[in-house]
Amino acid sequence: MSPAPADRAEICVVACAEAFRGNGEILGAPIGIVPIIGARLARATFEPDLLLTDGEAHLVYGTWPVGEPPSGATEGWLPYRAVFDVVWSGRRHVIMTPSQIDSYGNTNISAIGDYARPTVQLLGVRGAPGNAVSHPTSYWVPKHSRRVFVPRVDSVSGVGWDNARKAGPAATEFMDLRVVITDLGVFDWETETRQMRIRSVHPGVTVDEVLAATGFPLIVGDEVPTTREPDETELRLIREVIDPHGARYREVKV
Amino acid sequence: MRDKRMTEDEVVSRLRSGMTIGVGGWGSRRKPMSLIRAILRSDLKDLTVVTFGGPDVGLLCAAGKVRKLVFGFVSLDTIPLDPHFRRARQTGAIEVAEFDEGMLQLGLYAASIRMPFLPTRVGLGSLVLDANPDLRMVANPYGKGEFVAMPALHLDVALVHMNRADAAGNAQYLGPDPYFDDLFCAAAEQAYVSCERIVDTEELTRHAHPSTVRISRMYVTGVVEAPNGAHFTSCVPDYGRDEAFQRRYVEAAADPASWSAFVREFLSGDEADYQRAVAALAAPAAKES
Repeated sequence: MSPAPADRAEICVVACAEAFRGNGEILGAPIGIVPIIGARLARATFEPDLLLTDGEAHLVYGTWPVGEPPSGATEGWLPYRAVFDVVWSGRRHVIMTPSQIDSYGNTNISAIGDYARPTVQLLGVRGAPGNAVSHPTSYWVPKHSRRVFVPRVDSVSGVGWDNARKAGPAATEFMDLRVVITDLGVFDWETETRQMRIRSVHPGVTVDEVLAATGFPLIVGDEVPTTREPDETELRLIREVIDPHGARYREVKV
Repeated sequence: MRDKRMTEDEVVSRLRSGMTIGVGGWGSRRKPMSLIRAILRSDLKDLTVVTFGGPDVGLLCAAGKVRKLVFGFVSLDTIPLDPHFRRARQTGAIEVAEFDEGMLQLGLYAASIRMPFLPTRVGLGSLVLDANPDLRMVANPYGKGEFVAMPALHLDVALVHMNRADAAGNAQYLGPDPYFDDLFCAAAEQAYVSCERIVDTEELTRHAHPSTVRISRMYVTGVVEAPNGAHFTSCVPDYGRDEAFQRRYVEAAADPASWSAFVREFLSGDEADYQRAVAALAAPAAKES
């Protein structure tokens, strides 16, 4: 019997996995449940050389359920102290979850409103400024809306193309923004203008829906592809091995 | 061998208002909470706190001890945001100097090796440059490009909590991550290490590799034996985070009345009173099981 068709959360998982395609032997650093499932799926299928951590200080092999300790061998040690060495070496691809993102890929995880006295204080910039100018960086937005996709971010944590260009070659030399994955589609940046464009919409989502949920104009090609669906192997891995308890639905309601 | 043992209150008696204090640990992990609680009991104020922030920041903000926070984030790990820190920012009660966490590491390292700055591309194009108008750039003397000159983060005092130490201050972590505790100590004029247990020096490496003795006594001013001293943050393998207590801490922040009740119940006495109050919470559950 063939498995039930993929739902939106599972489409998002595969879109996150696809972000790591071709990355080879570097550290995958997914932040958020769906990106974590996606990274483990990528390694279990088409990206076997990817390195992943247990969320603490160990590099581990294997494919194990989210929320549980890893079952595979520990292949190395990566305490916070060493993380920045990896970041600055460029051997890492992070997927972060921004509270705001704009057309040039500036992201905000620090403070909403006036920086001096924010309306809403968030986490702080964490490693976002360094990630963006050092190595492949992607973003995950579980709920695509005008609250998140804003004309200008209130303050810049993750550096976008325009601000990097203004800052000069030291900022742009290793900058490598890859994709934005949301519950509606996948996005990247047009090479010339560096403005965000629709790369694909998820099955069942229209371009108009995406445009209406975005607080700035998106670049739309003549043909907008549909995000690929997981195959049977991928569905089985997601449902039975990596996320048997449905943690993915905490981020993407279906 | 010098005996540097002292109590939390003796440590705090050496601190002065207005000092810059680095706090070790990371988020809600292995924070020197008994030393933080001793600061809460003191008259100290106007502190500049440098940290990979967790509930240390929240508690110090709630008690009005912080003038300025030098940070990259404040998080409780399993609870993403600290309510007291948020309130302090949203009411404009504290000054901040926000850096990428990697820049904090560089700033502490620069201080520890007595360099005025270290160059980095991190911070370029981000709020870090706007929010820190004193940050200066440095031209690459060997080629192209302008880099950020991350200034040394000199500390008057470092406070860290380790799993074990000897009486001279050689201190050991036994969990998965040393965090930046040795850097905090090396960047400070005075470094105080609290630990779960003070042991004989031989004991430190009887079953563990010498690399786990991350902090050398040459950097350490004083050692405090503080069993359960990191509570409610994690201090594995000795104990994990007290998630129930952390939730209680966050819920108590909801309004002034519940916070006063929390302070009355847990923070109005000394460290022994605190540990008794915490043990009393666990006791009924233990009876049931």
